Formats: sequence, structure tokens, C-alpha cells
Amino acid sequence: MLDDGLSPMAGGTDLLVPGRKAAGRGVALLEGLPGLDGVAMTAQGLRLGALASLAALERHPVIRERLPVLAQAIACLGSPLIRNMGTMGGNLVTASPAGDTLPALLVLEAVVELASRDGRRHLPVAEFLLGPGRTALGPGEIVAAVRIALPPPGASQHFEKVGRRDALAIAVASLAALIVRDEAGRVVEARLAVGSLAPTARRCPSAEAALPGRRLDREALLEAGRRIRDEISPKGDLRATAAYRREMAGRLPLRLLTLA
Amino acid sequence: MNEPMDIAFRLNGRPVELTTDPGRRAIDVLREDFGLTAAKEGCGSGECGACAVLVDGTARLSCLMLAAQLHGRDLTTAEGLGRPDAPHPIQTAFAVHGAVQCGYCTPGMTIAAAELLARDPAPDREAARRALSGNLCRCTGYVKIVDAVLAAGAALRGEES
Ligand SMILES: Cc1cc2nc3c(=O)[nH]c(=O)nc-3n(C[C@H](O)[C@H](O)[C@H](O)COP(=O)(O)OP(=O)(O)OC[C@H]3O[C@@H](n4cnc5c(N)ncnc54)[C@H](O)[C@@H]3O)c2cc1C
Ligand code: FES
Ligand code: FES
Repeated sequence: MLDDGLSPMAGGTDLLVPGRKAAGRGVALLEGLPGLDGVAMTAQGLRLGALASLAALERHPVIRERLPVLAQAIACLGSPLIRNMGTMGGNLVTASPAGDTLPALLVLEAVVELASRDGRRHLPVAEFLLGPGRTALGPGEIVAAVRIALPPPGASQHFEKVGRRDALAIAVASLAALIVRDEAGRVVEARLAVGSLAPTARRCPSAEAALPGRRLDREALLEAGRRIRDEISPKGDLRATAAYRREMAGRLPLRLLTLA
Repeated sequence: MNEPMDIAFRLNGRPVELTTDPGRRAIDVLREDFGLTAAKEGCGSGECGACAVLVDGTARLSCLMLAAQLHGRDLTTAEGLGRPDAPHPIQTAFAVHGAVQCGYCTPGMTIAAAELLARDPAPDREAARRALSGNLCRCTGYVKIVDAVLAAGAALRGEES
């Protein structure tokens, strides 16, 4: 897709920030390449073009209605101006531990569509994210789209971000949840993912396993929180200490009481 | 330096062309090559909104845009919204409601407000506050700015305020 040595650029809200990579040097604009924009309904679900702006995704009626965890995560990202420019492809490839769309994409079990001159391949988001700033993107390869199967209409979805103020705050910790319950209110399936608490956004399988068969009450959520604490490896930085992050992580699931 | 590139776009309603390094920042092109100084550099890193311009009707940050991205676009700076002798209703409302102190944030604020009111002609306070949350103001405390945006909305809808 691209010539060697050029950085693909989508919205530029990571690439052009001074101090990151080379602003304006060796950049290949992705805008205008076919098949990378817009949102399409397919037999398997939604296909979100890598170049669709975060603002367009946030306002998309099907995303708001069927993928509220993603709409909520996007609404927390940067500011309206940043969302007008920034893209989902850019958020994925930046692969920040604090990337706001990433926990939501993980609980939605989204699949990344990669394209190169040699063709296309598909990778689950969890396999795409390798470490801070590291992805499975090969040389000359770009993200073309993100594919998401629509969860069952009754599934509860929630995104929670703890930051230091409302707009323009990078997450200190975040949690995405997708929970399917039976008619009696007991959990059938729980998917939980956290951001800013490990080298990449990640699912928390042990915490997820604590919930099936139970109601979403305080006790069950505190148990999930204890397990999240054991699964993560938070680091301290300018925004918060590692100890504060671990403490916060254990409490995040309590926010799901509002779903109960 | 990159190879110079021919760039053609609409700027405040008229077609313009220039030949320049496509890797220059759009804000520098506007200020240096076209003498349009409404878009201001507050931070240069996406955090303050002082450099906002409308690109095809969407508010974008000209400090995080390259000259190459201007090609084929329709750009409006705060100069293009209105002029001192014929101000835009948003600009009038900012003046009338005391929403301007030092004025550094004002062009970016009015651009963000213009996008909002085009999309949502009757926003409530919360929607206006959210729409401006990427534009920082060190002076006013925001209350008067939100007042001005709501009043401009009313004026644009043809209501008395
Ligand atoms: C003021 C400010 C606040 C921010 N706040 C947040 C925040 O709260 N939460 C958050 O998660 N992020 C935040 N960001 C970071 C950024 O806005 C997001 O990561 C955004 O999604 C990046 O998208 P982009 O299209 O602008 O990426 P770009 O800057 O265009 O690209 C980012 C990286 O991805 C690569 N890339 C982009 N698209 C593709 C593609 N399709 N295929 C292959 N490679 C690609 C580029 O080469 C580059 O390495 C903020 C940024 C700024 C400037
Ligand atoms: S100068 Fe562009 S956002 Fe501050
Ligand atoms: S009026 Fe001074 S920064 Fe807003």
C-alpha cells in the first residue's frame, strides 16, 4: 500500500504533535485512498473505515444504539476538535496503553482489517496490540477497517474513564464492560477490559470468570475488582502513581452497579 | 524540506493557489503566506483550540494540519465568518455579551461555535459547553462565552434575545 519509510497519516493528531515522530517529514496522507472511509453494514456486522473521524463514529446512529460502549469511549477522547480530526485507525496504531477506544474494541471482540499490496488479513484487536506503541502491523501494511459483530440487543454495555478533568484528559484508568444477563438478572457472559493499567489495554479473564451465575451486586463487582487488581501491572507516571492506579482498578467495576 | 507542491483550495470564499512545501503546517501557511492572523498558535499541540478553522464545514486544528491537506478543501477562518464592518452574528454576540477579554481564544471559539450552530441550531447550555470543551480561555471563565453562543443561536434562528 505504501512506499517504504513513509509514515501513513490519518488525522495527524498523534503524528503531528511536536516531539512525536517527524512532523511533516516522510508522511503519506491516507485521505482519499478508497475503501478506508465511512461505516458500512455487512452480513457480519459493522465495518468502520479506518479513516472515519471519531466524531462521525460517535454520532453514527447504529454505533450509538448497538455499540454504546464504543460511543461512550469515543466521547471521552480528547476534545470535539480532536475527534473531528482523529480516527479509529490512528488510535489503534498509536497503541497507547491509555488509548480510549481500545478497551471498548476489546470487549466488542473487534477484528482489525489490515491491507497491503499483497492483500488483506484480519486480526482480533487483542492480537493486534503487542505493547506500548507496538502493533502487529507489518511493513507497508495499513489498517483498512475495524469489523465488529453486533452484540445481542439486550447486552449491557458501559465505558468508564477516570481522568483528571472532563475534556483533554488522558485516562488514569478506564474500564469497558459488556454483560449479557438472563431474565432473572444473572450474568450469562461478562467481558471486561481495562486501559492505562498494563502495557496495553487488555481483557481481564479472571475477573470475567467471577461474574457468571451471579447478579451484578456490590459483592460480585468487588470480587471482580479484586481479580482485576491481580491481573494488571500498572505503572506510575505524571498523572498517577502505580499504587493509586491499582486501588482505582479494584473500584472501577462498582460503576457497573448503575447497570443493575 | 519536501519537494514543493501546487496547492489549490478555497479560502474564505475565493479560490487560491500556492506552491509550497506540503509538509508545512496549515497555520503557518495561513498566517505567513495569506496574512490571515485570526488563527492563533496557543499551544501548537492540539490542546487549546486557538488555531481552529472550518474545513469543509468541520472545525479542525490548523496547528495539526499540513499544507498538503488544504488541497481541494473549502477553508474558512474567523476572518471569513465576518468582517469588522459586517460581523457574523456569532461575532456580534461575543462582543455584546462580554465574551472577549484578551481575545486570543476568540477566533477559535467562534469557529467551534459556527460548527456547532450549523449542526445543532438550538443547543442547550450543556451542549454548547461540550462543543467548546477543546477551546481554552484563560480570561473569561467561559460563562459569558456560552451566553454568547446561545444568544448567537437565537439570533441565527431569527429570535429576539
Ligand atoms: C490534545 C490531544 C488530546 C488527545 N486525547 C486523547 C485521549 O483522551 N484519548 C486517546 O486515546 N487519545 C488521545 N489523543 C491521541 C489521538 O488523538 C488519538 O490517538 C487519535 O485516535 C489518533 O488518530 P489520528 O487519525 O489523528 O492518528 P495519526 O496521528 O494520523 O496517526 C497516529 C499513528 O497511527 C498511524 N496510522 C494512522 N492511521 C493508520 C492506518 N489506517 N494504518 C496504519 N497506520 C496508521 C500513523 O502512522 C501514526 O503512527 C489526543 C491527542 C491530542 C493532540
Ligand atoms: S495552537 Fe492548535 S490547538 Fe493550540
Ligand atoms: S479572552 Fe483571553 S483567552 Fe479567552
